[in-house]
Amino acid sequence: MPDVTRLAFFGGVYSNSTALANAVAGARREGVDALYALGDFGGFGPHPDRVFPILLDAGVQCIQGNYEESLSSGAEDCHCGYTDPRDNHFAQISYDYTASNTSPEWKRWMGSLPKTRRLDVAGRRVLLVHGSPRKINEFLWESTSPVAFLEKMLADAGADVLLCTHTGLHWKRQLPSGRIVVNAGVLGRPANDGRTNVWYSVVSFGADVSVEFVPVEYDFATLAEEMRREGLPEEFSETISTGWWTTCLEILPAKERERGRY
Amino acid sequence: MPARSLPVSIGPPAGAEYPFVPSVSLDTLWFQVAGTICNLKCTHCFISCSPTNHNHEMLSLAQVRERLEEAVRLGVREYYFTGGEPFLNPEILPILEETLRQGPASVLTNGVFLTPERCRRLKELSDASDYSLDLRVSIDGYTAIENDSIRGAGTFEKILRGIANLADTGLNPVVTVTEACDGAGTAEGRARFLAWMRSIGISRPRLKVLSLFRIGAEEGRLRAYESWETLRGRELSWGEAEKLQCSSCRMVTSRGVYVCPILIDEPRAMMGRTLGETLRPFELRYAACFTCHEFGVTCRT
Repeated sequence: MPDVTRLAFFGGVYSNSTALANAVAGARREGVDALYALGDFGGFGPHPDRVFPILLDAGVQCIQGNYEESLSSGAEDCHCGYTDPRDNHFAQISYDYTASNTSPEWKRWMGSLPKTRRLDVAGRRVLLVHGSPRKINEFLWESTSPVAFLEKMLADAGADVLLCTHTGLHWKRQLPSGRIVVNAGVLGRPANDGRTNVWYSVVSFGADVSVEFVPVEYDFATLAEEMRREGLPEEFSETISTGWWTTCLEILPAKERERGRY
Repeated sequence: MPARSLPVSIGPPAGAEYPFVPSVSLDTLWFQVAGTICNLKCTHCFISCSPTNHNHEMLSLAQVRERLEEAVRLGVREYYFTGGEPFLNPEILPILEETLRQGPASVLTNGVFLTPERCRRLKELSDASDYSLDLRVSIDGYTAIENDSIRGAGTFEKILRGIANLADTGLNPVVTVTEACDGAGTAEGRARFLAWMRSIGISRPRLKVLSLFRIGAEEGRLRAYESWETLRGRELSWGEAEKLQCSSCRMVTSRGVYVCPILIDEPRAMMGRTLGETLRPFELRYAACFTCHEFGVTCRT
């Protein structure tokens, strides 16, 4: 289909290099035209430096997330935007580990990335952000991002299609104006649905815009084992092995929380 | 998007004693849906709600609808309903039903009127909406002795029943506790409270600890604000201004639109009759503003 441009969008990788490699291979098999990553390459998982060569070798075009902003500026925490002490406790463990295990060269590299990116695809103004157009760490959840709020946000930002991540849960909403919001999900941890796979998004731009969420299987047992060997909390490995979130839960709105086990 | 050029800090404008908080966006809209009318008379209530306090009257569905229509045009993100006790408002369920058609809603309740039938209806409203419905139930201790000394005799048992009725229908409330509850603000206190919530059958406990404002009834319970508790002469960084909830919220009461949920007894905090009229900077001249600034308080869940 020559008149359709298909783009793959990867949300937070959270140091899950195996899932990233599988997603890159999957997107290539699907024949997408370009690959984009929406930030938060580290956090949660082990060995953060393994992610960057995969991104660069595959020609993935990257923007910063709050992790890259914090790591490259030497911040003391991830600025994830949590408000509950338990969420912040686990977020800090994750950030401290990632900050200690990311090499200075890669920290400099991530500081050179843009924080947003604009594309013009098949006549649509496409905006890539990590959290939201107005804040790198704003959570755009499906159940707390109403139509009128999104319409104004995209109008203010001058965008027809918005791609974001940050929440860890993928969703999409077509607005009455025809604008489209896509939360691409994340490759770093499962979607709190009791399944071990992770997700990325493929958006096809032609006469219409269509969005496909693509599940990615990977060797989660090895990842969980590596996390344990690195001394990361057992709660993190449990999420990888079961598909249920165990930490950073308090930020979830009522509907999203209801769907999980914890 | 063109980068917004932001001031580094926001000091009091020339001739003003206090800093002004800008109106950054209107994300959160509050409704004083039950006015200041409450079945309880809690000793720490910062707006002294009671069965006889008519400073602010209940809002009708028509009054709420008028502001909801304006809110859609302004791109409001979320809606909160408080009082007084929201479930004293005879139109609360239709109000929530209309609200949930256009966005997520949270209700702040003392839990006393959460009968099984009402909880079932709330669950139906929640299930019928794409958006989240949160019930926030206030309690002030782990025991009747602690709680009832603040919220009134016999309330502990009624609140527990309300929480249980919500849980039975599948609605998982956010339990809120103020710092009047001994130790609730500390890590140990939180852990103890979460354990207590599990012990009463809430498998996925959600907890919010609220700061106290030393105004209204609370002024007489512990103490009033002292003269040093003020933002007089202070500068705000842009980051501080954005963290203040008044940079992104407004409160609708029967008297008009106020800057925030806390200051509805301050006539100068009434900023206009419509939302549009209130989207301008606000002078942080009140001692309660000091609490929000110092402790990063947000009334949001």
